Amino acid sequence: MPEDPPLDLPSTPAADTPAASTFAPMGAPQTIAGTPDAEQVIAGLRATSEGGADLVQLLTPEGVRVPDERFDSYVADVTVEDLKGYYRDMVLVRRVDREASALQRQGQLGIWVPLLGQEAAQIGAGRAMAPQDMAFPSYREHGVAWCRGIDPTELMGIFRGTDHGSWDPREVGFHLYTIVIGNQCLNATGWAMASRLHGKVGDAGPNSTSEATMVFFGDGATSQGDVHEAFVWSAVYDSPVVFFCQNNQWAISEPLERQTRVPLYQRAQGYGFPGIRVDGNDVLATLAVSRWAMEQARTGNGPLLIEAFTYRMDAHTSSDDPTRYRLADELETWKLKDPIERLRVNLVREHEVGHEFFDALQEESDALAARLREFVTSMPTPGPERIFSEVYDDVPPEITRQRDEHVAFHASFADAETAGAGA
Amino acid sequence: MSTQTLTIAKALNTALRTSMEADPSVIVMGEDVGKLGGVFRITDGLQKDFGEHRVLDTPLAESGIIGTAIGLALHGFRPVCEIQFDGFVFPGYDQIVSQLAKMRYRSQGKLPMPVVVRIPFGGGIGAVEHHSESPESLFAHVAGLKVVACANPADAHSMLRQAIASDDPVIFFEPKRRYWEKGEVDLEATPPPLHSAQVVRPGTTATVVTYGPSVKTCLDAATAAAADGIDLEVIDLRTLSPLDLRPVFDSVRRTGHVVVVSEAPGESSVSSEVVARVQQECFYSLEAPVLRVTGFDTPYPPSKIEEDFIPDLDRVLDAVDRSLAHRDRG
Repeated sequence: MPEDPPLDLPSTPAADTPAASTFAPMGAPQTIAGTPDAEQVIAGLRATSEGGADLVQLLTPEGVRVPDERFDSYVADVTVEDLKGYYRDMVLVRRVDREASALQRQGQLGIWVPLLGQEAAQIGAGRAMAPQDMAFPSYREHGVAWCRGIDPTELMGIFRGTDHGSWDPREVGFHLYTIVIGNQCLNATGWAMASRLHGKVGDAGPNSTSEATMVFFGDGATSQGDVHEAFVWSAVYDSPVVFFCQNNQWAISEPLERQTRVPLYQRAQGYGFPGIRVDGNDVLATLAVSRWAMEQARTGNGPLLIEAFTYRMDAHTSSDDPTRYRLADELETWKLKDPIERLRVNLVREHEVGHEFFDALQEESDALAARLREFVTSMPTPGPERIFSEVYDDVPPEITRQRDEHVAFHASFADAETAGAGA
Repeated sequence: MSTQTLTIAKALNTALRTSMEADPSVIVMGEDVGKLGGVFRITDGLQKDFGEHRVLDTPLAESGIIGTAIGLALHGFRPVCEIQFDGFVFPGYDQIVSQLAKMRYRSQGKLPMPVVVRIPFGGGIGAVEHHSESPESLFAHVAGLKVVACANPADAHSMLRQAIASDDPVIFFEPKRRYWEKGEVDLEATPPPLHSAQVVRPGTTATVVTYGPSVKTCLDAATAAAADGIDLEVIDLRTLSPLDLRPVFDSVRRTGHVVVVSEAPGESSVSSEVVARVQQECFYSLEAPVLRVTGFDTPYPPSKIEEDFIPDLDRVLDAVDRSLAHRDRG
C-alpha cells in the first residue's frame, strides 16, 4: 500500500514581507486591510497554479500518461474499455450540463448550476465508489449523481421547481442535494459514524461490504463552521468519510485567496488525518486517489481530505456573471487543461481509439440531450395539495385543515384550469 | 406497582433508560452526557450501563451534535441530543432549521427524521447570561419540527418516550427550574397523545393557558384565587407546535375570560399565536380582551432581577382581575 502522501507546508513569507494578518492603518494606500499581497498569494496559492509540487497527476494536460509510484497501483486494473467509459461519462454529463444551461436560458428551468470543467473530478470520485458507499453532494454534483445511477432527468425537478429531489437516497447511495453551504459535511460524518456503529467498517478486500462515505463540497465551504466541525468529529470518532473538496477556485465571485492562506489539502494535517491534492481535471488521477482514500476509510483508518484542484469554467449558477469578477485570460488558461480533451488525446494517441467510438458517442450524446429536453418541457406541475404533503409523519390536524380548505378554494373556481388542484 | 414518586429529572432519566432498553437504535449524544451524566444529570448512569457507543460524549459544538445526529438518523439510529442550555442551541439552529426540519418534506417522505433535541429552558436558577432563555417560539415557527414542553414528572416520562418513538424531529423543552419537583409517575399508564393540550385544573371563572415552568406558577395562582372565590381553569399546552387548542376553545367558550402565561418575550411568540387563534375561533364567546402575562421584550436580565422578568403568581392574578373587571362593567 502506498505511504501517505507527504504533507508539505508552504514556505514562510520572507521577513521583509508584510504579514498577511497585518491590517494596514487607516488611510494607508498600499493595500486593503487583510488582503494578502501578491508575493504571499504567489507563495501560498498561486505557486500551485499548476497544482503545485504535491499535485497527483497521471495524465498531463497534453494527454500523456505519466507514472506515479504512489498511485499507479490503484489504476493498474483500468483497461482501455474503462478509459472509454470514463470518457463517455464525462462527455454525457457535460452534454446534460450544456443542455440544462440552454433550457434555463429558454425559461424551462428556473436556475441551473453548471459543472462545466469539473467533469473529471466528479467522474473520478464517483467511479471510485462501491455500491454500498454513500455520497453526500452539495448541489453541483451532477456527475457523481450520474455515477450513482441517477438519470439526469431526475435532477431536473429541483431546477424547474417541481420537487426538491425525487430519488431515494438510501436506495442509490446518493443523498439529496444540499444547498446550505457545508451542512452536508456533518450529515455525512454522522452517516459514517453510523457505518462504524453498525460494524460495517474494517474489511477492505475485493468483495468487501464495508462502507465508506464521500462528501462533496467546494473551496468556499471550507470557510464554514460546519466543515471545521465535520473535520473534528470525523477525526475523533475515526469515521470512514472522505472529504472531497472540489477547489474550483471561485465561491461565486470570491476567489480562493478570500477563503484560505494555505493550500486547502494541508488543512487536514491540523485535524490529524491525511490531506492530498489531486489534479481534478485528470479523471485517472482522481479515480486513483479516490480509490486509495475510500480504501483507507473502509479499512477503518479514519477520514481523509482530497482537494481536487480544478476550475469552474462557467458561472456559479445561471444567475451570476463571471465576466464581472474574473479575467478572460484565466478561463483561456484553464481551457487548455480541459478534462475531456486530455483524455480524448490520450485515447487517440496512446490507445489508438478510432473515430467510430467518438462518432457513436456523439450520437448517444445528441439522443440524451433530446430526451432531457423532451422530459423537461413535458414535466407536470404538481397540484397545490403537494404543498401540504409529507411535512410530518404524524400529520397535525391544522395542516390537514389548511390543505382541505385550499384545495376546496381551488375547486370553487368555475374555470377548470384555475381549479387545477389535483391536476 | 408501577407508580413511583419521581422528580422531573429522574422521570426523564427513566424515560431515556427505558427507551434505550427497548430499542437498540436509540442513542444519546451531547456534551458531558457520558461520565458526568449531563450538567443536570439527566443522563446519569446511562453510559455506564449502555456503553460509550450508545451514550456519546461529543466534541463541544452544537452544529456538530445536530448535524451528525441527522446523519446517524438517516443511517438507522434514533439519536437523542442534549443541548446543555437554551442559549447554546443557536450554533445548531442552522442544522435544525435547514436540514432536520425539512428532510422529510424535501424527500417526499422517504427520509424520516427520528431525532429528539432536548433543551433545558427558562430562567429562575440564578444563572449567568445565555443560561435562562425561552427560545421555543423560534422553533415553533419552523414547519417540519414538533415542539413540546413538559411541566411535571408524569409528562416528562411519557412525553420523552413518545418523542423518541416519533419519526418526526421533536424539539423537547425541559423546565430546568422544575427539574427537582416531585410527582407521581405511573410508568405503565397509557399516556395522552404527545401532541395534546391537557386541562390540569378544571375551573369555571376564567381560563389560564400556559406551558412549561409557568404551569406550576399558574396552578399556585389558581389555588390562591380559589380563596377569593375565583375558580380558574388551567390548561397546559404541552405541545407548542403543532398547537392543540381545542381544549382551550372549549374552555374559553365556557368562561369567556382567558389569560395566556409564558416566560418567553411576548412579541411574535407562542403566546401571540394562542391569542390570535382564540380571538379567531371564540370571538363571540369572549367577555374581555385576551390578556397575556409574559417575559418582557428584552434580552434576559441579570439574575438578581430575573424574578421581575418571570411571570409570578401576583402578575397572573393581576391579569385575571383585569380580565374579570370587564364582567363587572358589563
